[in-house]
Amino acid sequence: MTTLSTSPIEPLPKTGRRRTSSGALGRFAMAVPWLLPAVVLIAAVVLYPAGLMIYNAFRKFSKYGFEQGAAGWSNFHLALTFPGVPMGRIIVNTIVWVVVVVAVTLLISLGLAQFLNKTFRGRKIVRLAIVIPWAASVVMTSSIFLNGLDPNYGLIARMMRALGLLGPTTALTDNPDTAFWVAVVVAIFVSLPFTTYTLLAGLQTVPKDVLEAAHVDGASRGQTYRQIVLPILRPAVAVAALINIINVFNSLPILQILNPTAGYNTGLTTTPLVFLYKTTLGPGVSSALSVLNFAFCLVIIVIYLLLVRPTKEV
Amino acid sequence: MTTDISDTPAAGPLTLTEPAPGGSRSTGPDRAPNRIGIVIGSIVIVAVFVAPYLLMLLGSLKTQQEITSIPPPFGLPSGPHFENYVNVWSSQVAPFNGLVATVVISVGATVLVLLVATPAAYYLARFRFPGRLAFLFLVLITQMLQPTVLAIGLFKEFLTWTGHMSWVALILVNGAFNLAFAIWIMQAFFASVPKEVDEAAVVDGAGRFQVLFKISLPLVWPGVVTAMVFVFVNSWNEYAAASVMVQDNKLQPLTVSLPKFFGFYSQDWQYVFTVATVAIVPVVVLFSFVEKRLIGGLTAGAVK
Repeated sequence: MTTLSTSPIEPLPKTGRRRTSSGALGRFAMAVPWLLPAVVLIAAVVLYPAGLMIYNAFRKFSKYGFEQGAAGWSNFHLALTFPGVPMGRIIVNTIVWVVVVVAVTLLISLGLAQFLNKTFRGRKIVRLAIVIPWAASVVMTSSIFLNGLDPNYGLIARMMRALGLLGPTTALTDNPDTAFWVAVVVAIFVSLPFTTYTLLAGLQTVPKDVLEAAHVDGASRGQTYRQIVLPILRPAVAVAALINIINVFNSLPILQILNPTAGYNTGLTTTPLVFLYKTTLGPGVSSALSVLNFAFCLVIIVIYLLLVRPTKEV
Repeated sequence: MTTDISDTPAAGPLTLTEPAPGGSRSTGPDRAPNRIGIVIGSIVIVAVFVAPYLLMLLGSLKTQQEITSIPPPFGLPSGPHFENYVNVWSSQVAPFNGLVATVVISVGATVLVLLVATPAAYYLARFRFPGRLAFLFLVLITQMLQPTVLAIGLFKEFLTWTGHMSWVALILVNGAFNLAFAIWIMQAFFASVPKEVDEAAVVDGAGRFQVLFKISLPLVWPGVVTAMVFVFVNSWNEYAAASVMVQDNKLQPLTVSLPKFFGFYSQDWQYVFTVATVAIVPVVVLFSFVEKRLIGGLTAGAVK
């Protein structure tokens, strides 16, 4: 212990083996002041509210939010069967939302990353353009689209009408069903930057000489891409897909802003429903739906991992 | 020494590298890229990604009459109405309070993350110790969660933090949920500095904290700046937690206060666009400085 505190800079990876157990304890004690603030912050603001939410899911609350004892599974039951909530439709929406947004985002991003991986004049500008929706607030971006699609003074709506894509008085965002698909497009738009960057980083790990060898051997571009580039890109695609599934599943402002129809409607996914429940049914039921929501997201991730097996050896 | 490291191209792990301009263009599989295709592709991509924000920028320079005319004119605004950027503050949109809240919360969260993540990242990069894996796992969990997932729990936890205390609560929330990224990226940068640099300083009698602040930090500043910008931009744009945790309308950040005006004052779209421009442009500029280095921290957790 004493030797440790006077010479704390022993290169640890190599010497770890010859330390005694009290040495291990000492090394643990020395790490504490450096890591404790982070542990405390995570415990207080991530783990504690998670526990609190699970606890509240099983508690009964009065109309004014006062706790009134145990609730058993009644909050969960109410969350799934509350009258007026098109629950089946909302669950289908959620699956469609995650699958379509993530899949289309990945496909477009593969193309964008391939394009950006070339060397050309102005590449930097293209990259900076792509980064904008990433840095810009999703709330603000969604607001711009809400205005653009306004049937009266929206410029995007006028352009679509000029192209014959939109009826003269159709208000895409006023109808929950069409608003949902507008939100899908905007969600893809804001997911592209991160995904493209992740895939671009993956593309840069593809060794140049391997590509050249394939070229010399007479492989076509398509063959090279499918048989060399895509397998190397697999981990990057897996990471991008996983992070996108989590982000898209939990996406709130896009759906809230682009589907302004009040109350329970057929344009919702489960995440905005949690926030609707919070205002209408209180913390118990909304906590229960949050817990179910989280489990739902985990199920989607597990299905993705089983279907795609991103870690499988090629 | 200090200047050396920051100038090396491999300043940090997993950054996007810019190929040397004018490098060999016509060899191997990248042979003869179709010039016209590239030009057209670039134009289309830039147009698609910039268009919505151009709409916003132009909208912020229009008069109320122009922005609510039916059908909307395709043309440019009649002489840019920069006065919108002055008048917006006294308009019904009144973005001043929201902007103050947004700035205070993002600066607070950034400082908090810097204080909490720096020592943790440094220690992780330099030492092996019992509990290291457990700590990494804890960090990974926070990376996989977001304020949206726990919003109802956070709402209950901080229910009694009213008034300006709700800002403190949001600083803690934004700090905690951005901690993982900051720790991943900074520890990768610390690990890229040779240990011998530190050890020499310790031999010379410097304490560990002294070494961190005087020797290591100056060497890894690109990593620190990347982490700070990322935390700042994320906190600036955070919506879900803020929407449930700040009850007082006057204290809500811009992301929460602005959308409320769509219904009530929808005639004032030019001001909504002015506020959106103020909310978007500074962070896009900040982001563009660090974009290349972001990927390392965002995917590190998932890869490790």
